[in-house]
Amino acid sequence: MSAIAIPVEKWSGKVREVTLGATAEQGGTRTKTVTVGGETTLPFLHFEGQLPHPPAIAVEIRDRPPADWSPVLLEAWGDVVNDVTAWARAAEEQGADIVLLQFSLHHDLTADYARQTLRRVLSATGLPLIVFGPGQADIDNEILVAVAEEGKGENLVLGVCEDKNYRTIVAAALAHNHMVNARTAMDVNLAKQLNILISDMGMPVERIIMDPTTGALGYGIEYGYSVMERLRLAALQGDSMTQLPMLVTPGEEAWRTKEARAGEGVPAAWGDWAERAINWETITAGTLIESGADIVVLRHPESVKRIRAMINALMN
Amino acid sequence: MALSGIQIYKLLPASSKNPEVKKHANCKECGFPTCLAFAMKLAQKQAELAQCPYVEEESKAQLEASAAPPIRLITLSADGRKLEVGNETVMFRHEKTFFHPPGLFVRVKDTQPDAAEVAKAVAGYAVEYVGMDLTLDGIAVEADGGDFAATVAAVKAASSLPLILLTEDPAAAEAGLKAAAGVRVLLWAATPDNWQAMAGLAKQYNAALAVRPAETDLNALAGLAEQVKNAGVEDIVLDPACRDFRTSLQTFTQLRRLALKHGERRVGYPILAFAGNDPLLAGQHIAKYGGFIILDSFSPATVYPLLVLRANIFTDPQKPIQVQPGVYEINNPKPSDPLMVTTNFSITYFSVANELESSGLPGWLLVADAEGMSVLTAWAAGKFDAERIAKAVNNNGLAEKLAHKRLIIPGHVAVLMGELEEELPGWEINVGPREAVDLPNYLKMQWG
Repeated sequence: MSAIAIPVEKWSGKVREVTLGATAEQGGTRTKTVTVGGETTLPFLHFEGQLPHPPAIAVEIRDRPPADWSPVLLEAWGDVVNDVTAWARAAEEQGADIVLLQFSLHHDLTADYARQTLRRVLSATGLPLIVFGPGQADIDNEILVAVAEEGKGENLVLGVCEDKNYRTIVAAALAHNHMVNARTAMDVNLAKQLNILISDMGMPVERIIMDPTTGALGYGIEYGYSVMERLRLAALQGDSMTQLPMLVTPGEEAWRTKEARAGEGVPAAWGDWAERAINWETITAGTLIESGADIVVLRHPESVKRIRAMINALMN
Repeated sequence: MALSGIQIYKLLPASSKNPEVKKHANCKECGFPTCLAFAMKLAQKQAELAQCPYVEEESKAQLEASAAPPIRLITLSADGRKLEVGNETVMFRHEKTFFHPPGLFVRVKDTQPDAAEVAKAVAGYAVEYVGMDLTLDGIAVEADGGDFAATVAAVKAASSLPLILLTEDPAAAEAGLKAAAGVRVLLWAATPDNWQAMAGLAKQYNAALAVRPAETDLNALAGLAEQVKNAGVEDIVLDPACRDFRTSLQTFTQLRRLALKHGERRVGYPILAFAGNDPLLAGQHIAKYGGFIILDSFSPATVYPLLVLRANIFTDPQKPIQVQPGVYEINNPKPSDPLMVTTNFSITYFSVANELESSGLPGWLLVADAEGMSVLTAWAAGKFDAERIAKAVNNNGLAEKLAHKRLIIPGHVAVLMGELEEELPGWEINVGPREAVDLPNYLKMQWG
């Protein structure tokens, strides 16, 4: 009987390595930086390539107590949701690698307010920051320009850049040496196209993180999952404009499903509310990590713990 | 690889060099006029090789090997419940589709007093998801020093589900197999120490047999599979003896590649995976090549998301699940009740319909033909624009059916408002919430 050899596949491409944040030496104030990317094979196939960095976990915090979050989440965080600095500290204590500051939409959301909020978060945590506007183009542009200036030297990730609104954010990131998050709607070609548009403005590709978008478990995760697998395969086959680390937001997606939000009036077969909700977030996130996510943005502290354990088990 | 009719003909009696076989050339006993005609039918899978009593052993082996799928289909069954696993053809679901969802089993021990109750709960579990009833597939009964035969019998009686018997002791295995009479079980495990006895039992009791080497090693695994195959067992399942995330992902990927891309028959079988109590590990096995997955406990809050993940991963990517376009009446609406429009992607439809139904609010849900895409995707692709929505409103005679002319559109396509007002003169277009979950609140606040 002939011996079976381990079937190793040869990949010509490599995902770019991207570093978030900057320490004092690098001109910032972060106590650590986070590097993702650098893969030369599919997720966690250590036998055939390099996987130099584990996927990173970002924890989403809000500048205001979120009005529409599930009680399961609010209970888990407790009082810190009322104070963005306390929340940033708590996120770090709960094991985040990165803090994602998501601005909510409200009347006080001005450039000055955004500057102050950024200052407060920077002073509360030493982790690298991702800063997202509320998702309304004019307001996003106004506050992200201010954030870019205020956060000079910190190597922030600014978002969200979409094909309809990216120029102002990219220009601000370019001017102050930050990075950007490029989001497209679950489509390989749209993702490549936006990466090209952003790099055409002079943004080095090493400073773009792509966000191919995902659906939650049960709400279209299979689309995001397959688009991410295809993007990663294309990257490994040498397609330069797909060789970017991927960020996805399973926390946001999972926590807006009925499964995560509804505790009453649901079938008994759905089981215990909190456990089901956390499973919804972690299984969404875990599945996307297996398909190539480099950064997952989570919401529940228990999810951070479980996803961390999974990442450690896949890396070590 | 499948053989052509001519290639098969060369293996039949008419082409034989052995006069004893050659004399049966074109004997018609197979029911076809010539060996060539029979060969053609075999190539088209419209005939069975067993119809020829004279085919030589060597030819038979070649023909059977050529006809076999790269990953053998394994069937377990009980009382009308059937589970088929294997027969996969691709590494990634976007390349074609994944065909046979892995079986999800819950483990009970023969030392566990509530084994039969757990089995009953597992068998009775069903959860609705986009119009489908999702269920678990079976019970894995472990011999742990208790009364194995009695536990198997009790589990069988309580569940009527396919079973996996977990024991390395041939005596316990035989007792369990006897108690499981009538159920097609998977027996775990044939090891380097007991494989002869286990293979004998699998043959005698027509069970599928899982092989498990002493440690994770492709050659040890393939060798063991080959040994039990040579002992006459056809339905083999691989347990590569890994239990952690990293080794499982790597080894399962290697086995799938070997079977699909390297034509390695020795490992062309489904994989048995143990997920312990970790839903994330079970999730990995669902997405990455597990065939039979054993969970150590049963909890609805865990199995519901896993069953949904399995349904999602095993959806045919070329055929999004669609619902019929048209008007759906939710909670017996009157002509004065609100009208909402969404797309015919099943997940979109069910998200909206479920919210409305559970809120108890009556309403008319207009489902436009968006070729099975979700709201945002369809809008981006031009399949859910003002023209299509207007057409759906007009074709369904809603102006006549309703006592008002107000249409609520999804918040994600608020930009369509102006165009829609042009396309639907006399109608008032309202922008609803972006997410279905916010619809009941919106209706309570906005619909007076």
